[in-house]
Parts: sequence; structure tokens; C-alpha cells
Amino acid sequence: MSENRENRTGPVGSGETADGEILLKVTGLQKHFPIRSGLLKRQTGAVRAVDGLDFEVRRGETLGVVGESGCGKSTMGRLITRLLEPTGGTVEFEGKDITHLGVGGMRPLRRDVQMIFQDPYSSLNPRHTIGTIVGAPFKLQGVTPEGGVKKEVQRLLEVVGLNPEHYNRYPHEFSGGQRQRIGIARALALKPKLVVADEPVSALDVSIQAQVVNLLDDLQQELGLTYVIIAHDLSVVRHVSDRIAVMYLGKIVELADRNSLYRSPMHPYTKALMSAVPIPDPSRKSAKSERILLQGDVPSPIAPPSGCRFHTRCWKATEVCRTTEPPLLELRPGQRVACHHPENFEDQAPQDTVLLSGAKEAAELVPDAVLEESTSAAVVAERESGTEPGQDEGPDADPDEGSEGSAGGSEGSGEGSGEAVTKE
Amino acid sequence: MTDISKNAGSTNAPGTAVGEPVLGRPAGGGEAFLDVRDLKVHFPTDDGLVKSVDGLSFQLERGKTLGIVGESGSGKSVTSLGIMGLHTAGQYGKRKARISGEIWLNGTELLSADPDHVRKLRGRDMAMIFQDPLSALHPYYTIGQQIVEAYRIHHDVDKKTAKRRAVEMLDRVGIPQPDKRVDSYPHEFSGGMRQRAMIAMSLVNNPELLIADEPTTALDVTVQAQILDLIRDLQKEFGSAVIVITHDLGVVAELADDILVMYGGRCVERGPAEKVFYEPRHPYTWGLLGSMPRLDREQQERLVPVKGSPPSLINLPSGCAFNPRCPYADIPKDDVTRTVRPELTEVGSRHWAACHMSQEQRERIWTEEIAPKL
Repeated sequence: MSENRENRTGPVGSGETADGEILLKVTGLQKHFPIRSGLLKRQTGAVRAVDGLDFEVRRGETLGVVGESGCGKSTMGRLITRLLEPTGGTVEFEGKDITHLGVGGMRPLRRDVQMIFQDPYSSLNPRHTIGTIVGAPFKLQGVTPEGGVKKEVQRLLEVVGLNPEHYNRYPHEFSGGQRQRIGIARALALKPKLVVADEPVSALDVSIQAQVVNLLDDLQQELGLTYVIIAHDLSVVRHVSDRIAVMYLGKIVELADRNSLYRSPMHPYTKALMSAVPIPDPSRKSAKSERILLQGDVPSPIAPPSGCRFHTRCWKATEVCRTTEPPLLELRPGQRVACHHPENFEDQAPQDTVLLSGAKEAAELVPDAVLEESTSAAVVAERESGTEPGQDEGPDADPDEGSEGSAGGSEGSGEGSGEAVTKE
Repeated sequence: MTDISKNAGSTNAPGTAVGEPVLGRPAGGGEAFLDVRDLKVHFPTDDGLVKSVDGLSFQLERGKTLGIVGESGSGKSVTSLGIMGLHTAGQYGKRKARISGEIWLNGTELLSADPDHVRKLRGRDMAMIFQDPLSALHPYYTIGQQIVEAYRIHHDVDKKTAKRRAVEMLDRVGIPQPDKRVDSYPHEFSGGMRQRAMIAMSLVNNPELLIADEPTTALDVTVQAQILDLIRDLQKEFGSAVIVITHDLGVVAELADDILVMYGGRCVERGPAEKVFYEPRHPYTWGLLGSMPRLDREQQERLVPVKGSPPSLINLPSGCAFNPRCPYADIPKDDVTRTVRPELTEVGSRHWAACHMSQEQRERIWTEEIAPKL
């Protein structure tokens, strides 16, 4: 399947495959929004919306960014398009540092980096006609396209599947899906190299969503675009992306190509996020056991947890998770993970065998099947010590289930560390 | 348009064998707990009559869940507000909604009932969970006050008892430290907690019918999973009948026993969840299934969207409302799709679809053309 996709995106430019040249490189990117209070409006804290991101986007590929609300994915989008000023780190576009370029310095680059917004109702000026809206980039950049602005705008409208005769209509005359197409036409006007789409389909109905997803796909093939697509819908992201970054509280916790990420997620958060997606298949209604329920809500980005930010909700968290922040390491080719106890891989901190109390609570919400697969030394130790009292409980707990659980647990510890990679 | 209400009494919904509606018939006795017959909700506007719901019928038993799916503007929410009797209470552009048909809840017909009586039922026998908890909860009152109010309207108890009940409910829906959080204001809760609080409020009187209108749309997936589990557990515990309204087929598949697919204010397909997912018999249902990227399958090469956009409810296409978007509209002879409105016909046990194509044609198209692409 992935080969098919590469073939499709392949012929776009000369030799631009998934391993093509790096178009955008982000290092240690930070954005802290100050919180001011008191009479003098002194800074009393900061919302650490984006707190140290490292990734790159290659020419011709689609990078998907997923995460829950408040994880900083939209802020990230606005930082790389330089609609926001980063607090720290660097953003390089085609090898040029654009981190702190001013408005004037950015202007020539605006041609190359465009954005598609989430809400097709608020991102189009209601007092302007479609012609004016889609033609505005030419005016701002002082570009006269071949054959004049009007002709070019009409061509663009046709490209995105709208009637070119609607040139003189106003946004309110269009439906949500059509408006999103107008937003796409505007973003494409100057033939950008990179398009950042922030939740491009989440405001649309299912049937219209599919139309826009297909449109984005077609345009990428025809025009050789590079996308960064930010979305919260994991199924949409999987459908459109070549590589996917999973964000949690301002950090990337996992960055991998699509198939590795969905077949064998390594970060527990990725695993939990994917298991939470409702599957449109009624026969799975009874298979509730596969779902990993996370306890509580995402912590506040004003005072994120120490160490690994996910440790307050993770069922595998040990002492090291609370004290040391795991680095984003390439544990498998093309799969970078920031975790001390990754799933489907050998434990990065096997010496740590004591689960945090929060993890014990979290583990109660996690189905047994998931715990059995667990490769963390701490979880295995916990399960082994936990099985004895479990057997004593006898009348209360189902005896069959208990013994099965313990057998599975010890099995997991045997093959877990070595063969977990091939297991999936 | 007054003739609608006159006719409503005599028009019978397809699938119901009863000749004349029996007023005040006894509860239970083989009849469905909730029986909606030929429900029509029309709104007069300056541009014309908006037929948001136009002849909808379905039944629901206690302890079962009905999922209503459809695009925005298909009449899902209007239906639920109609059942709750919330249309007549409010006004739309200074003109009231026109509602006709019958809604039988546990042996009582709601549309012709005394509004005071319906008010007593609302909140006690039937309750609703709204999509956006922040706008459904009052920002000026604490969560506790709002739950206490909902409880005391229907129960003659003092404030202390009611508050104890509120704490108990908050605990039941999984809010940590319920005795403290009961005094919090809605803005102090996160989105997921607000939705839990609202569920607590709607369940405080043990309603027999619970309508959840897009209960998880505003929430993140991880929180959505928590809420879906909660609704399922509570339903088991209280044995309520639940109507889930959503555009997310994944959510319906998780919760619903029966599914009703709406398009342009009408039901186009209705049946058990398994039938609707595995043997759908309406092109619109096929379109919905094809539009959805799926996490449980190998990567699809391409989505198969429904072309065009949803119809205007003022000026529905003649004949089958789906015909301008239907790739198979030309299969039935004599242009019948554009002139005659298809009725719901039985296509399997407890499974209905409204389409002019013959059963065999649809079966062939589904198995040969649609299903392999999903």
C-alpha cells in the first residue's frame, strides 16, 4: 500500500520521493504565552503551548500532526507559517533561517508557505467576493499571473472544483464544503511549496469531508505540494499522511511513518489514542476490552508534569518517568519515540521496576490484554507480584480469568523484551 | 399548511399495523415504549416552509439504543427536540414551528397532551444530553445547584437530600471528589467533566428515555471513549431507552442496536445496526460508509465520497430527495426517481429502505461495487 502511495506522489517532481530533500526543519521550537496578572501586569507564568519540537518536513510528503485539544498542534502550525513569533528554537525553510524574520523579511516567503484554516466561515471575508478573496494573494505580492488575475482566479476555482462563473458571488452563497474549497484555492494561488492545513476538514460533514480529502490528495499529485496537516481525527490523518507526529502537551511523543505508527505504536499515549477511536463496525461492540481508557484529562500546559509529561496518566510510569524527560530517539528506522518504557520494543529503563502510584490507578483502566503485551519491566514485575494475592481472592474474582491473566503475564515477560518487535 | 395537522391523525406510518390511534391505550402490552408516527416538523420562514422533519416514524424499546445518523440539516436534532416537546415552547422567528404526527411515550401521546403534563414528563421520564455542555449549563449557578433544581422540580424533597443526591450522581458519572466539585461552577470544569456533569443532571431523575444529541462531538477522542463507556454502563444500570444522534458512524456502531439514517428530513434506511453496516440497502448509506476513512482496515487508496452537497430543506429535489447526488438515479425506469418519492419498504427482517431500485439491483451493486471498495 505504501509503495502505491509513493508511486503516486513520486512522479510529481524530479526524484522527489519520501526521502527527498528537507524543505522545512524545526529545531527546539518553543512558544510560551505569558500570563500577566496584577496591577503592573507582570508576567506570573506562561502557557507552554509548544515546548521543544524537533522535526523536518521533506519535499513532496505529507506530515500529519495529531493530538488532543490543547496539545499545541495549532500553535505549531502558526509558528512554522510564522503567524506567531517563536519564543525559542529555530525554523528553517529551504535551508534559510526564518525564525525571527520581520514582516518585510517574511513577505517573499509567504508565497511559498500558505495556510488552510479550519473554519470556512470565519476565514473568508463576508464583504468580499470570491474573486477578490482568491485574487488577493496576487495583489499583496504584486504578481500578475499570465492572462490576468481574473483568468487565473477562474482557473483556480475550476481546479478546486468550483464553477468559475461564481467569481462575483459572496461567501454566504456557498456551503461549508464549497467555502473550504475557496480557502484551498486562495492558498494555492501563488503556487506555494508548503501548505499548512489546520483541521482542514473537521468542520465539514462526513460526505463533504471525503470530497475535500480527495481534493487535497489530487492537488498534491498535480502540483507537487508538501503538506503539514494538523487534525485531531486519527482516521483522517492516517488517510492523508506519509509520516505522522503525535503531540502531547507541547511535545512530540512519537514521530513515525504512517504504517509503523498504526501497526505498532511505540508510545503508550499513541496506543491509547488509537484505541479510543470508535470503529464503525457493530460487531466490535462487545469487544470493549481492547480499549485503553486514560484517566482524567490532559494536565495544564501552565505547569506541565515533570519528567515525561504523560507519566500522570500512563499505566507504565515508573520513578524515572517522573524525574527524567525521555528524549525523542529513533528506536527503529523511521520511528522516533520519547518514552522510557515503549510498547512493542525493548524497555529503555528496565532497571526501574517500581510503578508510580498513579500508574497503578491508570493500569486499572487498561484492559488485561494490553498489560500482558506490555514490555515494561515494572509492569511485568507488578503483574507477577500482583497475581498471588489475585489467586487468593478466589471467590470474588473470576478464578479462570485470574489464572489466565497470570499465565499471560509471565509469558509476556519471557518473550516481551526480545521478540516484541516482531510480535505485531 | 393547517391541513397537515388535520391529516396527521389519519395517516399511518409504514410498518405500524394499528388502524386508528387508540387514545389512552395502556402502557406496554406489546406496544413499543417510544412510538413516533409520521412526525413532521415544519418551520415557516420568509423564504418558504422549511421541512426539517417530514414524515418520520420509528419505535424504540426500553433498554435499547437507537442511533440516528445523517448530515447537518438532515433533521436529526429537530427530531429530538420535537420528541422532547421543545419546539412548541420556543418560537422561531416569531412564528411557531408546525408539528404534526404522533409521539407515544409509554402510552401517552405527547403532541396532543396538555403542555403542563408534558412539562412534568420532561426531565423525569425523558431527558436530554446536549452537544455543547458549556452552553447547556448555566454559567451563573454551580453544578450542584443545577442538578438540585432538576431533582427538586420532580421530587418533593428538601435541599439537603437533593444535594446528597447530586453528589451521588456526580460520583456515579466519575467526577473525582464529588462532594467538593458539586459547588464548582461550569467554567471550572474541563470539557469532559462538563459533559459528565450534564449526564449526571439528565439522569438524576432516572429517566426512561434519554436523548443524547451529539454527546461527544465537542470532545477529544480519549474523553469521547470515556463518555461512550459511561453512557453504555448507565444504560445497563438504569435500563433506559436511549436515542443517540450523531454524524459519526463509529459512535453509532459502538452504542446503537438500531440505526436510522436520515436524509433531507426523511428516513432513508432503518434497521438493526449489523444490517445497516453490513447489508445497507440505500445508496446514501453506501455513500456515508464510503466517505469514512477507517482505522480498522488496511489503508484505502481513495475515499468514495457522495458527490454534491446536502439539499435545501425549503426546496427539496422532487421524487427521491437523494436523486441529484445518487450515482444510480438512472437505473429505475421512467425517470421515477425524479418524480415519485420512494416509500420505505421492507428489505429484510426489521430492515427498511426507501429506494426505487429493486432489491436485487441494490444487492448486486452493494456486493459487487460498493462493499469491495470499503
